[in-house]
Amino acid sequence: MKIGIKIMPREVNLDSQGRAVEQSMHMNGFSEVKDCRIGKYVEMNLSIEDREKAKLQVEKMLKEGGLYNPLIEKFEIQLM
Amino acid sequence: MALKVGITRFLGTNCDEDIRKWILAKKFQAHYLWYEDRFDINDYDMVIIPGGFSHGDYLRCGALAAHTPLMKSVREFAAKGKPILGICNGFQILCEAGLLPGALLRNDSLKFKDQLVHLTFKNTENPFSKNVKPNQKILLPIAHGEGHFYAESDQLKKIQDQGQIWLTYDQNPNGSVFDIAGIVNDKKNVCGLMPHPERALYNWMGSTDGEFLL
Repeated sequence: MKIGIKIMPREVNLDSQGRAVEQSMHMNGFSEVKDCRIGKYVEMNLSIEDREKAKLQVEKMLKEGGLYNPLIEKFEIQLM
Repeated sequence: MALKVGITRFLGTNCDEDIRKWILAKKFQAHYLWYEDRFDINDYDMVIIPGGFSHGDYLRCGALAAHTPLMKSVREFAAKGKPILGICNGFQILCEAGLLPGALLRNDSLKFKDQLVHLTFKNTENPFSKNVKPNQKILLPIAHGEGHFYAESDQLKKIQDQGQIWLTYDQNPNGSVFDIAGIVNDKKNVCGLMPHPERALYNWMGSTDGEFLL
């Protein structure tokens, strides 16, 4: 089954990419951008069919496999 | 007996040969350690993790390298209190592996900084500062896009109080908290720094201060 994982930076002041994009949007006339934060989206296709089992394995990958860094990131799992 | 140094090699490591030349110039023994392999921690006296772009800097700098079979042996080596030096990407790998506190983020300027920097030794109680006096200043080159050292405030206080701040920038090039250029772990056997000592060994390199670290 397919799962999606949204990984975002934890605090605004750590997100230099977001700031750069915000500035670029402003430079291009999109002054309505109040702030912008950029993370990453991971799509995985697992051989597990059970939704709960899949979620548990993904959480293991996140916490033990280094898929995210808890010091600077937070995550959200989206079962599709 | 000549010191036996293990030099790690991940996919994308590119400073390994410079480290090897440094080790051999000191008349030590240099051995490459491949990322897929384990090693016997009794076979080496020191491990150095060189710089580069391990695993393409994919996911996060050093993140994929930190989770390789080789790093399992490096963790055992660290647990035994044996000396480990992580340079640039090596520092990033040690942080991702949890062998050093904190993380390295994108430079505040968003620019890749490639320049010589003046550094101050804040603490010298570690295997890589034997020839150094406290508050001694050295000149080393940096070459990095993700060198902003970050740790949470309670972690930072611990690092400060326990004398784990190793080197600081005299003029902060990347926004690192407390101007940190290098830190050590609580046991003071694992050391990481963003500047490259192996690129400051001969006059033609612009500085010979790298010599102070080994």
